[in-house]
Amino acid sequence: MKRFLPLLLTATFLGALPATAQTPVPEIAFESAPNPLALPDDIYLGETAGVATNSKGDVFVYTRTGHPTVSLGGARAFAHGGSRLFQFDRNGKFVREIGQGIYGFMYAQQVRVDPQDNIWIVDQMTNYVMKFDPEGGVAMLLGRKAEAITVPAPPSRGPQAFGGGAPGAGEQTDLFDRPTDVAWDGAGNIYVSDGLGNARVAKFNKNGVFIKSWGAKGTEQGNFGTASGIAVDARGNVYVADRGNKRMQVFDSEGNFKTQFTNVGAPQAICITPGQNQFLYSSNSNPTNDIDTAGEIYKMRLDGSVVGKFGRAGKLPKEFGTVNAIDCRNENSLYVGEIGNMGVQKLTLH
Amino acid sequence: MQRSLASMSAVALMLCAGPALAQLKATAQNVPEIPYDSVANFLKPPAGEYLGEAVGVATNSKGHTFVYHRSATTRLFEFDQNGNFLKEIGKGYYGFEFAHSVRVDSEDNIWTVDEGTNVVTKFSPEGKVLMVLGRRPAAVLGAVATPTGPNQPSQKYIFCRPTDVGWDPQENIFVSDGYCNNRVVKYDRTGRFLAQVGSEKAGKEPGQFNLPHGLAVDGQGNVYVADRSNFRYQVLDNNLKPKATYDNVGVGWTVCVSQGPHQYLFASNSNPNGNRPGSWAITGEIYKMELDGTILGRFGHASKEFGGFQVVHMMDCRNPNEIVVGEIESWRVQKLILKPQAASAVSR
Repeated sequence: MKRFLPLLLTATFLGALPATAQTPVPEIAFESAPNPLALPDDIYLGETAGVATNSKGDVFVYTRTGHPTVSLGGARAFAHGGSRLFQFDRNGKFVREIGQGIYGFMYAQQVRVDPQDNIWIVDQMTNYVMKFDPEGGVAMLLGRKAEAITVPAPPSRGPQAFGGGAPGAGEQTDLFDRPTDVAWDGAGNIYVSDGLGNARVAKFNKNGVFIKSWGAKGTEQGNFGTASGIAVDARGNVYVADRGNKRMQVFDSEGNFKTQFTNVGAPQAICITPGQNQFLYSSNSNPTNDIDTAGEIYKMRLDGSVVGKFGRAGKLPKEFGTVNAIDCRNENSLYVGEIGNMGVQKLTLH
Repeated sequence: MQRSLASMSAVALMLCAGPALAQLKATAQNVPEIPYDSVANFLKPPAGEYLGEAVGVATNSKGHTFVYHRSATTRLFEFDQNGNFLKEIGKGYYGFEFAHSVRVDSEDNIWTVDEGTNVVTKFSPEGKVLMVLGRRPAAVLGAVATPTGPNQPSQKYIFCRPTDVGWDPQENIFVSDGYCNNRVVKYDRTGRFLAQVGSEKAGKEPGQFNLPHGLAVDGQGNVYVADRSNFRYQVLDNNLKPKATYDNVGVGWTVCVSQGPHQYLFASNSNPNGNRPGSWAITGEIYKMELDGTILGRFGHASKEFGGFQVVHMMDCRNPNEIVVGEIESWRVQKLILKPQAASAVSR
């Protein structure tokens, strides 16, 4: 495991090179709304790894904030806290917190809302993919948090794979290793990109029964450097942001490789618009230690052709600090969640 | 944080190292199914509160339900007979860190077993601390690395990841201890050490254990131990002498003995953590037995859906026809109403 981490970090640093520009990509003009979310005085957003809207336009933000804590047991140490899930209305007014003090929140990675307005979060440290019903009750859990952390860290297991197969292929179940994102097809099947430890896509039916997974750590078609994000189109095709390999891969719903896009940098966050005429957004996010490279978001057709791009890395409004989430329920009104700038921007595209 | 991530993942890796699937399957054949219903919305936590891994469940004589669960921090909730939240017990208590079991004795005292602090606590029915067994390792010594070599020799009054507690009619206390001491300890009602069976060295012989994970005591003072990693249940007499072994009902996750003149034994062949490939098909069911091991029937199956189970960690069977189960992996507590079945006991 430990051996993967340096690899992963290297991939993160090198991954965000400027996209290869065969033809000039049109710039899309856009605005960023000032103060899109009104926070109560005692709430701060931290690294805003996830942002998503529901059918009413309410905004959900899953953020790394507060204090990740380790408490001492006997021979073991227990970790908790560190992330929170907030709901705002369509005007940015604070509505409520969901999941306060819950076991599954430690290191926010993503939030998504399904067609029934259920709220799904992905936590990179507890390894949970959690489904909340619209009222905020826990409706389903995939994965499980490790009971304890060991101090000091145990020796590396070397190149052995999780589950005994190819490195990163994972176990044929819902044991995730730093999962990143979740998506659904029209039948309600669940697809999880898993992730930064494993390098696979895991598929479950709507009742959480494991169906299959595909991919392993690697550069070949069907393998992943990292599986950083996932989205499914209306036909059931599965788009995976393979940031580690600076490409997006497209599969059918059974995991058969169809095509790949290498013209949009290193995709970290992706989103497909709803409806019949669908578009794909993909963020070539800047690395967390640099704002002088990358950062732009691409608007694409589902065949991979680029419509245009907008934004760049930076600290100001209309500039991005490592975008980790895009909500594109409305094709020309996007929410983006940023790690570097600890916030959410609401963008209007022209 | 980076270090924590690496080590948590490593722990997750180790969780996967488990027994061969074949060992998980119960060998009892042709066991009749007991039909049951799961009561919808059985427990109603207060608004904004969540149960975590529901590892401990118990009821008292008034029908209140206690849930000792792994939320962001470990917590003990009390619900009334209608499932409405009554109160939290032990908020901020030093003996709570990582829940494992809660049981209620014949006088409605509430006992918690915490495998993070290694403390067993007796609370009065009102929630005041009456007795403490074991000691939380001293924080002043710093974080202790998980031991990798042989377990330390067990001590009379110190536990190592204890798992469960029970009492005989004389109010002697029995503790299954646990993940590293692999023993069952007997104390008198004042908490004074009387005897133990098993040791820090895990073993397969009668009177040896490999992860005693749950325990229950019948009206004669016999002790039923879920000997999880030996895939069996062991029966001990009141002096902890081995009497019998039941090895045909799968992995010994947790055990419960009902009350009343005719006592029944419930044993759970819970599906393993992590939902290992193929495990749902051969695990997840609970067995209803006579105390002598005669199997009367089985119910339940592994599933994430309501009515199915996701790693049953504990059962309450005060009433043998109303079983309350706490699950690890769906963070649920379900109340099951068992329905009459055709009488056709299977002898073992």
